[in-house]
Amino acid sequence: MNVLIETKNLKKYFSAPSGILHAVDGVNFQIPKGSTLGIVGESGCGKSTLGRVMLRLLDATEGSVLFEGKDIMKMSRGEMKHFRQKAQMIFQDPYASLDPRMTVSELIAEPLVSNHIYKNRADVYQQVRKMMDTVGLASRLINSYPHELDGGRRQRIGIGRALILKPDFVVCDEPVSALDVSIQAQILNLLMDLQDDLKLTYMFITHDLSVVRHISNQIGVMYLGKCVELAPAQELFENPKHPYTKALLQAIPMPNLSKRGKPRQILHGEVSSPIDSGPGCRFAARCPYAEEACRRETPVFQDLGASHFAACRLCGTSADKA
Amino acid sequence: MSGKPLLSVKDLWVEYEADEAVVHAVNGISFELEEGQTIGLVGETGAGKTTTALSILRLLPANIGFIRRGSIEFEGKNLLELKEGELLSYRGKQISMIFQDPMTSLNPVIPVGDQVAEMFRLHNEEKLPKTEIDQRVDELFELVGIPKVRKSEFPHQFSGGMKQRAVIAIALACRPKLLIADEPTTALDVTIQAQVLDMMDGLKKKFGTAMIMITHDLGVVAETCDIVAVMYAGEIVEMGTVYDIFEGKVHHPYTEGLFGSIPSMDSHEKRLKPIEGLMPDPSSLPSGCKFSPRCPYCQDICKREEPSVRCMGSHSVRCRFVDMEGAV
Repeated sequence: MNVLIETKNLKKYFSAPSGILHAVDGVNFQIPKGSTLGIVGESGCGKSTLGRVMLRLLDATEGSVLFEGKDIMKMSRGEMKHFRQKAQMIFQDPYASLDPRMTVSELIAEPLVSNHIYKNRADVYQQVRKMMDTVGLASRLINSYPHELDGGRRQRIGIGRALILKPDFVVCDEPVSALDVSIQAQILNLLMDLQDDLKLTYMFITHDLSVVRHISNQIGVMYLGKCVELAPAQELFENPKHPYTKALLQAIPMPNLSKRGKPRQILHGEVSSPIDSGPGCRFAARCPYAEEACRRETPVFQDLGASHFAACRLCGTSADKA
Repeated sequence: MSGKPLLSVKDLWVEYEADEAVVHAVNGISFELEEGQTIGLVGETGAGKTTTALSILRLLPANIGFIRRGSIEFEGKNLLELKEGELLSYRGKQISMIFQDPMTSLNPVIPVGDQVAEMFRLHNEEKLPKTEIDQRVDELFELVGIPKVRKSEFPHQFSGGMKQRAVIAIALACRPKLLIADEPTTALDVTIQAQVLDMMDGLKKKFGTAMIMITHDLGVVAETCDIVAVMYAGEIVEMGTVYDIFEGKVHHPYTEGLFGSIPSMDSHEKRLKPIEGLMPDPSSLPSGCKFSPRCPYCQDICKREEPSVRCMGSHSVRCRFVDMEGAV
C-alpha cells in the first residue's frame, strides 16, 4: 500500500472558558495514494478540525501527520511552502469562501499569483482557461463575479482554486452540503472524474452517509473527537460494528418505502460536551448496550481483521450480535 | 377520496414584484388534503414550496408577494377572502407552521417557556388562569421531550434539536388541524432528525393533525408522507400517493432526475445521473413545458405548448409523453 498521508495518535485540544475541549483525540489512519477516505459524524464531532489539522491550518496538540513520510508539524519554512502547494482544501460554503470583489479569473488565478508560479500574464490566463474547462465552467463566465453565479458554479470555482496548483492531496470539507440534490450530483461526478484524471487523494468530510458511501474507499466514523470505526466503505455499510455506526445507519431516511411504518431504533439523548470528558467510552451515555465497565474504561481501537477497526469493548460480544 | 377535504388549494398563482422583474413563484397549483393526512411538497430551492406554504397562512411579504388567482379553502372557507382580523383566529390556532430554521425562529430575549405560553394567552377562548397555562406548558414540554426545568432558559442555551422541539411545541400548543412544516429537520443532525421525525409522527397520530411537509429530502418524504407533490418552477409536475411516486413505473422526467441524483445506499452505481443544467430563472420562465430546457426527452412541441396533466387514479403527471396506461 502506497500511503500518501497518515496520522499517528493525532490530537487537537482547544482551551475553552470552562476547560479543555477535546476536538480531535487520538486519531489514527492512513490514506493510500489515489484513494478517498470519507469522514462522517454529526456536528461538533471534530471532523472539520481534523481536516484543518491535516493541512496544518491548525497545529496539532500532540501526535503527527506524515505526508509522504514526513511530519508536517516539524517541516521547515521551505518544506512547508512545498506542502502548501501539494495539499489543498475545498470549503463547505461556496457563498462565503469566495471574495465577492474578485472575478472568476482572479479567484482561480490567485493561488498561482500568491505562490509566484507563472511565467507571464498570458501564462496565467491560459492556465485559468484550462482550469475552467476542467471544472466545467463556461469560458464566457471568466469575468463574472461570484454573486452572479449559482451555488454549483461557485463550488466549481472553489474546486478550480484548489486544483490549479496541481495538488496530490485535497481535503473536501462538506463540499456539496450547501447544494441542491441535482447540483450535488453534478459536483460529485466532477470530483470523481477529476480524481481519476489527476490521480488525486481525497479526504472527504461530510455528514451525509449516502454521499460518503458513494465517493469513499474507506470510511472513518467520528464521535466526539474519537474515530470510533474505520473500515472499507462497503464493509462499513454491510457489517457495521460500533453501536454508534449502527445507529447512524438506522437513522438515515431512505428514499424508498422499505423502512416505512417499521419501528426503528432511535438514539436517545444528544451528543455530550467535548469539554473535559472523563474516562470511559464517550458514546456510553447514549449507547443502548452500554455496561458499567464502558463508563470506566476507555475502549481500545481494535483491529477486527480485513482493515476493519472499531473502538468498542463489546465488539465480538453480545452487542455485536444484536 | 370521500367527504369534504380539510384543505383544498385550487389553481393558485403567486407572484413577487421585485424592482423591475416579476417573479413567477407559484404557477397554478392545486391539491387537496384530508384530515390526518400528510402531503409532502418536494423540490429544489426556488421551486415554490415555501411560497405555497406562506400563501396558505397569507404570510407573504407585504407589497412584494401577491396572490394573483386561485382559492385556498380550509374547512370550506376561502382563506383568501378573510379579513386580516378574521385570519388571526386561524393562524396558530387552526393552522400553524414550523419554520425552517429553529435557530432564528425563536425570540432570543424571551425565555422559551414564555414563548410557548404566548400561544395559550393569544388564543385563550377558555379564559384559562395563569396557573392553568403554566400547567399546559409543562405538559407540552413533556410531550415534545424537553425537561420542564428548562422552560425558563433562553433559546441560546438550547441545542439545535431542543430548539426545534420548542418550535414544534409552539406550533402544536393549540392542537391545530393543519400543521405546515417547512423543512423541519434540514438543520439537524441525522440522529436528532430521527428523534424529531419520530416525535412528530407520534404527535400527528395522537391529535389526528393533517400536515404539509415541505422538504427536499426524498428519504424524509418516504417515511412520513401519504401523498407526494413534486414541484418544479412553481408547478406541481407529479403528484400521487407515496406508492405511486416511489414504486410506480411511470414518472415525470424531473422526478426521475431527482431520484437519479441521490447516491443510492444499496446499489454500487459508480456515476450519478444528475439533471443537466439549472432551474430556470423564475422571472423569465421558458415557454411551453418549464422543464423542457433540461429534459432529456424534450421535443419541439414541448417548447411551444404547455403540457397537459395525465392522470391514472391517484397518480398524475404533467408531461405529454407519459403514457399512464402503460403504467399498469
